[in-house]
Amino acid sequence: MSVFGLKLEHLSFGYGADPVLKDVSFTVERGNFCALLGPNGAGKTSLFSLLTRLATTSTGRIEIAGIDLGTSPRAALARMGIVFQQMTLDLDLTVRRNLSYYAALRGLSGRDAERRIDAALERLELGEKSSVRARDLNGGHRRRTEIARCLLHDPEILLLDEPTVGLDPASRAAITDHVHRLCADEALTVLWATHLVDEVRAEDDLVILHRGGVLAHDTARRIAGGQTVEKVFLDMTAVTS
Amino acid sequence: MKAYLVALRAIVEREVLRFVAQRGRFVSALVRPLVWLLVFAAGFGSALGLSIIPPYNTYVTYEVYIVPGLCGMVQLFNGMQSSLSLVYDREMGSMRLLLTSPLPRWWLLFSKLAGGTAVSILQVYAFLAIAAAFGIVMPPAGYLLVLPVLCLTGLMLGALGLALSATIRQLENFAGVMNFVIFPAFFLSSALYPLWKMAESSTLLYRICAVNPFTHAVEAIRFALHGQANLPAIGWTLVAFVLFLGLALLGYDPTRGISRKRSAGG
Repeated sequence: MSVFGLKLEHLSFGYGADPVLKDVSFTVERGNFCALLGPNGAGKTSLFSLLTRLATTSTGRIEIAGIDLGTSPRAALARMGIVFQQMTLDLDLTVRRNLSYYAALRGLSGRDAERRIDAALERLELGEKSSVRARDLNGGHRRRTEIARCLLHDPEILLLDEPTVGLDPASRAAITDHVHRLCADEALTVLWATHLVDEVRAEDDLVILHRGGVLAHDTARRIAGGQTVEKVFLDMTAVTS
Repeated sequence: MKAYLVALRAIVEREVLRFVAQRGRFVSALVRPLVWLLVFAAGFGSALGLSIIPPYNTYVTYEVYIVPGLCGMVQLFNGMQSSLSLVYDREMGSMRLLLTSPLPRWWLLFSKLAGGTAVSILQVYAFLAIAAAFGIVMPPAGYLLVLPVLCLTGLMLGALGLALSATIRQLENFAGVMNFVIFPAFFLSSALYPLWKMAESSTLLYRICAVNPFTHAVEAIRFALHGQANLPAIGWTLVAFVLFLGLALLGYDPTRGISRKRSAGG
């Protein structure tokens, strides 16, 4: 068994002649929370497309919980929980129906699915919202529903692409807390893409992505080196701009 | 295997529920063929002389002649609408949800097609019921026998839409689909006039009509509605289905498909 939850080796990717990702390599240890910090246009979403196999590249290799995504995509996808940047709930369905639809896409049904849905709603403190239509939820609750949904099949890795975009500060803090807690309590490996420095905690792993390349990878505390992460991040991305 | 069926059922259910919830879409799906049947056919029928051709063994009214073509039109529109909803879905992200399921992609896309086909069959039967209320009836057994054929033609036209949605980005507006897919498919077929009529005016157009998969779909429906199996038409429809599905799968293959061409921010 690999000790790595997530391993990226020499990934390059581009649309036509424009390289979007250039030789990206980093690893996230099992059970760690890794923030992928980068300004808009750094290549975070492209990296997520590769990680979720919505796009592929012939250069480089991705390993998910010890499984090669390129050669065993379905086994790798089965171990991932994904929250995309764009909301993917069906607004006309209730929270519970959204979750049961997702469960069915993963082959889960009947009592097993119901039990998992109850547990996931409980974990994200959404129990009382289960029969509310997604359209009637606020942005924070919609995101929480998506996080609850991506936990249904007991993934080992959570991939979240800017999950707090468009949320108010209180909801943002609540969601960041929730996912940190999940990571700590259940030893989930988390990759959390963001451009918001305040979502990164000192003990988190931090990968700084800029113009498609990795500028730094260590714990946030070490990268900050006595300064704030924000200052270091701004300095790093400004120097190379 | 159970996982496959669970996913199929959920996807079909979702499509049907979405359709039932969108009353406007149901109404417009019915009004369109009914206008052709009750208005166009009344005016055009008198100008067109129909001879006795299979599967008919007697003279039929023009209304009876165009019912199968209009059933095909209902499915053609539905197939294109589903393909547009795929493009829309993909933007909205729910297609991503589907494509990141660990089930094989071909099965997920097939399930999506099955869902669209189920919706189109509901529309066709609603249309046939209203036509019957206006006195335009088919042989009773035809209503049952047409069901398996509608499954096949619905899948084929849905797969056409899916292939288009995967490969042609410009199809995001419906006017383009109308001009370049629906109208040519519909008018260059046996939906509104028997092909021998077309042959009288232009051999070239006749040949195009004869290879048009939509013609074969319409003929398969026509024969089934009259209690007969038109095996060549069913065979061509099946071949077209396999071809379009193959194109769609290529289009949705992440190593070469649209997801690669689309740029993403962030």
